[in-house]
Amino acid sequence: MISFERVSVTYSDSTRAVLDGVDLEIEEGQLALVIGRTGVGKSTLLGAMNGLVPHFTGGVLAGRVMVDGKETRTHKPRELADVVGVVGQDPASGFVTDTVEEELAYVMEQLAVAPDIMRKRVEEMLDLLGIAELRDRPLAQLSGGQSQRVAIGSVLTSHPRILVLDEPTSALDPTAAEEVLASITRLVHDLGMTVVLAEHRLERVVQYADRVIEVMADGTVREGPPALMLGSARVAPPVVELGRLVGWDPVPLSVRDARREAGPLRAMLGDAPVPDPVRPVTEPARSRLLRARNIVVRYGDVVAVRGVDVDLTGGEVVALMGRNGSGKSSLLWALQGSGPRQSGSVDVHGVDPKAVPPPEARSLVGLVPQTPADLLYLDTVTDELDLADQESTDPSSSYARSLLDRLAPGISGDTHPRDLSEGQRLALVLAIQLTAAPQVILLDEPTRGLDYTAKRSLARIVQRLCSDGCAIVISTHDVEFVAGCADRVVVMAAGDIVADGATAEVLVASPAFAPQVAKILAPLGFLTVEQVQSALGGVG
Amino acid sequence: MAWWIWAVGLAATAGRTTNPVVLLLVLAVLGVVVANRRSEAPWARAFKYYLVLALTVITIRVVFRSVFGGDIEPSGMHVLFSLPHIPLPAWAAGIQLGGPVTLEGTLSALFGGLQLGTLLCCLGAANVLANPKRALRVLPGALYELGVAVVVALSMAPQLVDSVQRVRRARKLRGSEANRRRWLRSIAIPVLEDALERSLRLAAAMDSRGYGRTGAASRADRRVTGACMLGGMGGLCVGAYGLLDSSTGVSVGFPALAAGAVLCAVGLALGSRRIRRTQYRPDPWRLPEWLVSVSGLLPAGAFFVGAGIPARGLNPSAVPLEWPTVPLVAVVAVLVAASPALIAPPPVRSVATGRARAPASTSGRDSGSGSAVDLGPAPSGERTDAPAAPRAGGVGAVRAVP
Repeated sequence: MISFERVSVTYSDSTRAVLDGVDLEIEEGQLALVIGRTGVGKSTLLGAMNGLVPHFTGGVLAGRVMVDGKETRTHKPRELADVVGVVGQDPASGFVTDTVEEELAYVMEQLAVAPDIMRKRVEEMLDLLGIAELRDRPLAQLSGGQSQRVAIGSVLTSHPRILVLDEPTSALDPTAAEEVLASITRLVHDLGMTVVLAEHRLERVVQYADRVIEVMADGTVREGPPALMLGSARVAPPVVELGRLVGWDPVPLSVRDARREAGPLRAMLGDAPVPDPVRPVTEPARSRLLRARNIVVRYGDVVAVRGVDVDLTGGEVVALMGRNGSGKSSLLWALQGSGPRQSGSVDVHGVDPKAVPPPEARSLVGLVPQTPADLLYLDTVTDELDLADQESTDPSSSYARSLLDRLAPGISGDTHPRDLSEGQRLALVLAIQLTAAPQVILLDEPTRGLDYTAKRSLARIVQRLCSDGCAIVISTHDVEFVAGCADRVVVMAAGDIVADGATAEVLVASPAFAPQVAKILAPLGFLTVEQVQSALGGVG
Repeated sequence: MAWWIWAVGLAATAGRTTNPVVLLLVLAVLGVVVANRRSEAPWARAFKYYLVLALTVITIRVVFRSVFGGDIEPSGMHVLFSLPHIPLPAWAAGIQLGGPVTLEGTLSALFGGLQLGTLLCCLGAANVLANPKRALRVLPGALYELGVAVVVALSMAPQLVDSVQRVRRARKLRGSEANRRRWLRSIAIPVLEDALERSLRLAAAMDSRGYGRTGAASRADRRVTGACMLGGMGGLCVGAYGLLDSSTGVSVGFPALAAGAVLCAVGLALGSRRIRRTQYRPDPWRLPEWLVSVSGLLPAGAFFVGAGIPARGLNPSAVPLEWPTVPLVAVVAVLVAASPALIAPPPVRSVATGRARAPASTSGRDSGSGSAVDLGPAPSGERTDAPAAPRAGGVGAVRAVP
């Protein structure tokens, strides 16, 4: 269906090939999963499949890409629209029309499909993806999972044979991600469609894949059946890591497989005490840093946060979880003082951050927003850091630089902030925010778009801040990250706090939020592979 | 589309007269129709902004006339009051600051302003009654790209506002109060980067979804099409000016308009020939559409032909001052334009189920006048999810369609 013959891609502004000598064959009806670290060229590989690389992006493509018998050299993306359907990373930014129904019809209008067939296909697609009740909805009002499904539908109405998806679930909460993945597997199983998808959150998708393609840092690819590939891949979900640790062969890919194998392991671990989830709590720093009472945030007549109480003590990491749109971000902004807050009180060392000017609020509570790039506007990392030093109390020092080196060593000062990887940019913004030395640090969805390695280094940063006596709140959808990093979990739903307790209690109690290791080893209270490792060390 | 023709008709009517009675009548007609036949969609609430804009225009015009256009020789005129006269240097001769303000001058400024305001309101009414984006769909194939560009631009605007708000909020997080100098840059750069990236993603998405698949067109073909379009547009402009400005005769206006229209039509036909594209659920054009368009064009026609309307009735003179006569024919003609308030089918109102539910179903805003009654025979019979019942109690919402 898709074949790459010695394909190399080099973009004009670099000398290094993003893809180098790729030979690849994806057969009809397969679900191929593309994995690899951030920035290695997964998107380039996907883009090459419908000719966006190089027709749209520029650069030089050597070799040959054949898609359903057509070569991308001679066929532009628009001429492949009825062969390959592509959904980009942010589906909402690809919408052209106003409403769901018109969006579904758009590609058919371009392909000059007869009106009566168009009508029929739109109806079929609404049913196939379970979005019939959304048909008149303006696209701007859709939730994340809904827009992802509409975006998939809008390319499928041209009846392509191949569907290419770039990180379809990375921005979604666990439930919405399940909806989208269910739709995708249905397409593969019922319609025999060929699906290629790139994803960081392997734990969500790897069990559905027929084939795994790993893009390596040097631009080459390795491919093979999932169990074989993940046994040795650089990036792996917890279920695979657990399999590797215990020595299961083949490595299980789904919770179901692992659970079947895990009987002996459970018996062995049964008596061992569950190690402390994260680390010994730093006792001396246990002082209350922030006390918020009855926080209410309203936008017009929509109540985003309704009467929420929050207490934060030094040295703790709190994970803030909940559906998209449940009020997590609004709460964080309200705690920082920059966002709206209709009523309630926030008290940090006797001061309300909303009542003082921004520079002072910043030294009380630091917030890294969802899109950290909003804070950056200068040309080099050094300029940004110097500015951060000026903005904080002591303009002469190079405090910001030393912070950055501590958080993420090895970032060159001459780099343009836009050229940093997601993880590095996050570290830069965090360093900028830390120059004001706040004791309370809020991170809004920092794990978005990070691969496993970057997440691990983020977890290390968080631990370090925490041992300095800071209180840290992280809003995230990433259960595995929470399991490995947070002491306490707060779950929000429709503006209320519905659960607040120790990580182990909250996560294990909820089917949607339980991490893989907990599912495999239930009813034992293990959450992470590291815990199992240390317990095994104790046992054996 | 029918609403646009109707509104253009009324606008042409308003452009031919400065008679305040007729103009106020046109405004009243617009108000009645809008109140009865608008949908619940967001853009449908905008009519009052157009009214405010019209009022502003009138006020500005009157104020300017009073301040700058003081009558030098107010003999035989009624002086209302005198502003202090400020003599200007010789190079500014012709401009007068202050001086006596006459009733006649003020009135003519008022009527002129009223005319302009009425034109604005006609435009507003068309926007309110029909989804402006749907209206773009009737563009011929050759202009399709233009339509898409407008639609994309319209949806970009709110996103840009969002983006600015987000970045401004983020700016506070850095507490950069000391850096007023860099403030603009610190907002503009992230917003522009954001907008640029978004446009690139949109372009990539459109490209991979088949946008711009064109058949082969030779270069000569394209040149002929371009020349036709340019010439046609020029003709249309001259013609429209001739018709709307009552000082030039109809003799200039009509031929230029006709020639322009023909050239445009040829150009569009040539351009559309090489494009293969179909339209999803095109808006139907039936009796109600005909009635609405004709009712708008009728008064315009009557005013141009001038049948039975004395010139005095259209443009009452301010010097010497006289009470404007009201020609009966004009009044009847304008009142005909109010008939869509009754003959156009009411927009479909969906039963609101919470905030997220769109205010009106798509069929209601189709061209403003396509609606529930149109949906029967159209290939859209399977609308099962939208209980399209007219809201009882809404003014005129339960009137039967003749």
